[in-house]
Amino acid sequence: MAHAIFFYIFSTIAIISAIMVTASKNTVHSVFFLILDFISISCLFIMIGAEFLGMIMLIVYVGAVAVLFLFVVMMLNVAQQKNQWFLSSQSSGHIPFGLIISIVIFFELIIVIGGWKYKPDLFYKVNSQLNENISNTHSLGQILYTDYIHVFQISGMILLVAMIGAIVLTFRQRDGVKKQSYIKQISRERSEGVQVVDVKTNKGVSLDD
Amino acid sequence: MINIGLGHYLTLGAIIFTIGIVGIFLNRKNIIVVLMSIELILLAVNINLVSFSIYLNDLTGQVFTLFILTVAAAEAAIGLAIIVVYYRNSGTIRVEEIDKLKG
Repeated sequence: MAHAIFFYIFSTIAIISAIMVTASKNTVHSVFFLILDFISISCLFIMIGAEFLGMIMLIVYVGAVAVLFLFVVMMLNVAQQKNQWFLSSQSSGHIPFGLIISIVIFFELIIVIGGWKYKPDLFYKVNSQLNENISNTHSLGQILYTDYIHVFQISGMILLVAMIGAIVLTFRQRDGVKKQSYIKQISRERSEGVQVVDVKTNKGVSLDD
Repeated sequence: MINIGLGHYLTLGAIIFTIGIVGIFLNRKNIIVVLMSIELILLAVNINLVSFSIYLNDLTGQVFTLFILTVAAAEAAIGLAIIVVYYRNSGTIRVEEIDKLKG
């Protein structure tokens, strides 16, 4: 009973905020609704017993991805560019096709779910990996660092490549910025640094630069 | 209605997936919202994987949810970097005006 009530509350909030992500006019509001969506879905994860993934989703999505979105929205100054759905003249031809294809995709997904529901022996249950005595985090760690260690390291490589790629993409060499060059400083010789000038009387000196 | 089963979670995932696809198809103004719709789609996939993992008593789904999370974070970082570079070069990120490829 309590499970049902909480499920309906969280899923209603999740669906409404997902609609608002795509439909709201202000981009900053879209990011806020995305955060609300992630939080309610992670509450659902914690509720059905995947508490480690719920917490990780909070940390990764709300703490990193949503803040990254907010930062880019702030930096690009596009928060005032209104996000309109149906008001454009030249793109209104896409709308019926988009809606039809989306509805077809939704009904295909529902058909797949119905097929699973009425023929549940399509899948067999695996009982070997889940021990009731240890927690979700403990059991995840036990298989993540043994059976899936190569996939785990490859995901680390993906993060490294993403980091380097983002830095390389947004790095820009500006003109006219004076920077200190250590190589130039320490490789100066006496011949180019010091000049001995014989000063004539009443003539003065004229320096090169 | 009262007994929450696997079907409820899968339906929730299907609804959020469809909302993400509608957001990609019908968005005409702002490409950041397209990236957010992609995040919604990955979230729906995560819901499906976790609910199957719980109801079939198999932890593999949760492990793969972790990897999808990693890929989603990397994709968001790269996508936003590309958007920043494009905005710096062309001054706009409206979907209608990004038509250099004439597609």
